[in-house]
Amino acid sequence: MITAGVDIGAKYVKVVVLKDKQPISKVRGTVGFDVAKSALDAFEQALKGAGITRGDVERVFATGMGRKAVHLKPPINADEAVPEVVADAAGVIHVVPTARTVIDVGAEEGRGVKVDPTGKVKDFVINERCAAGAGTFVEAMARALEVPLEQMGPLSLKSQRTIPMNAQCTIFAESEVVSLIHAKVSKEDIARAIHDAMAGRIGSMVRRIGIEKDVVLVGGVGNNVGFVASLKRELGVDIIVPEGPEYISALGAALIASSKA
Amino acid sequence: MPGLDPKRAKVITAGVDIGSVGSKAVIMLDGNLYAYAVMRTGGESAATALKVTNWALEGTGLTINDLHYTVGTGYGRVNVPFAKKTITEIACHARGAHYIYGPTVRTVLDIGGQDCKAIRCDEKGKVVSFLMNDKCAAGTGRGLEVFADLIAVPIQDLGTTSLQVDQEPPPVSNTCVVFAKAESLALLRQGWPKEKVAAAYHLAMVDRIVDLLNRVGIEKDFVVTGGVSKNPGIVKRLEKALGLKPLTPKLDPILAGAIGAGLFAKALYEKEKGLR
Repeated sequence: MITAGVDIGAKYVKVVVLKDKQPISKVRGTVGFDVAKSALDAFEQALKGAGITRGDVERVFATGMGRKAVHLKPPINADEAVPEVVADAAGVIHVVPTARTVIDVGAEEGRGVKVDPTGKVKDFVINERCAAGAGTFVEAMARALEVPLEQMGPLSLKSQRTIPMNAQCTIFAESEVVSLIHAKVSKEDIARAIHDAMAGRIGSMVRRIGIEKDVVLVGGVGNNVGFVASLKRELGVDIIVPEGPEYISALGAALIASSKA
Repeated sequence: MPGLDPKRAKVITAGVDIGSVGSKAVIMLDGNLYAYAVMRTGGESAATALKVTNWALEGTGLTINDLHYTVGTGYGRVNVPFAKKTITEIACHARGAHYIYGPTVRTVLDIGGQDCKAIRCDEKGKVVSFLMNDKCAAGTGRGLEVFADLIAVPIQDLGTTSLQVDQEPPPVSNTCVVFAKAESLALLRQGWPKEKVAAAYHLAMVDRIVDLLNRVGIEKDFVVTGGVSKNPGIVKRLEKALGLKPLTPKLDPILAGAIGAGLFAKALYEKEKGLR
């Protein structure tokens, strides 16, 4: 049976196609002003990559903040809309069966999800109100530092020391970064401070539902090695980051689709 | 200020309010405002403090050495090296608001460059309770600056621009300037004129401010101080949301903190000299 999961986030749409629960295609596209079109582009690319057509896909489930754009709406016509925390849980348990705490950090939202061994959501906490607890924060700081986004992680790992950041807000932090640059603080130390600050905020949020091992990090920000290192330090536990962390939610949606007979 | 003569003043004091965005200095003669200056806070607050105070003194015939007592106030770790004492900006704003608006003031809303405070005070201008946001750009002058940049309107015209709509649009995100900005970009691309976008943001900001005010409780008379008090787009919408008209100031409300500091300076000086 072929199923697909479409995860429409704030910045990216991720599509995962499964055949008998094994991934046969994975595509990530940017979300433009026409959300439905962006989803369709990524979806068609995924079908092409798997060498199949829409008719071959038995069920499509949608998740992410933009899921309503495709739920029961042609041409994708997703059969069901799945809340992000449910998709996160299903995706993570499949790749890390020992997972009990899921942390999902995307472009604009951060989430903590407690899961049981069957992948059921026991508790969760969400930040969807503050850019400083999501990928937008790193992006804004990368601009202030004049460093390409994908280099922020590796750069921060070169730092040997901790500098506290006082600003809690992305807008204020931008000015703080500028002051730090003027004070001749090295870019790697600033990059580390940025990741530490974000890890501090996300750590605080997740502690509200309790940290239970194994802790798994997903979402695009999971690709940021600097953030992962900071989060490990902040929580004092090992953090597992599965391959392709940005796809795990879409994977979860596709898995749920395949288990609904 | 007419009628005031430094040569005849018994107590000459200065109040210096170093804000995150604007720095203000006032010179007071026997507790009356005599001269003042406002400038953008530089990178080094001690240097700014000296600069703005000297600027306020220009043309008065006085120098820093003629000041009997100076009180500093402002954002964070205030550095006014020539101040004899530093007093919290909350206390100074409440006191200054009473000077500017009169003794009936009981609720002061101060919207500054990087923070927003709701202060309840008594008939003497003494603080009874307060709530402050200084962690988040939403609800602060900084948020407005971001918007002014976005729609390329000078900050001093932003409020008036926001009022040039026939009908209020739905507000944008009120919890985060970064998200509100992203929403606004999308709206601009959809063809919303900049006046409508400005209105949407002002509505969101007022939403947030009203929340803060309700948490501290609002008692008449209600006044607005701080730089953003000069934004009619905010003040008019606040009036509508609260069903309350804030009092009209008799001088620039951006001076509230510095005036309060200058008045505290007089009281402290008199106490020192046993004149009270």
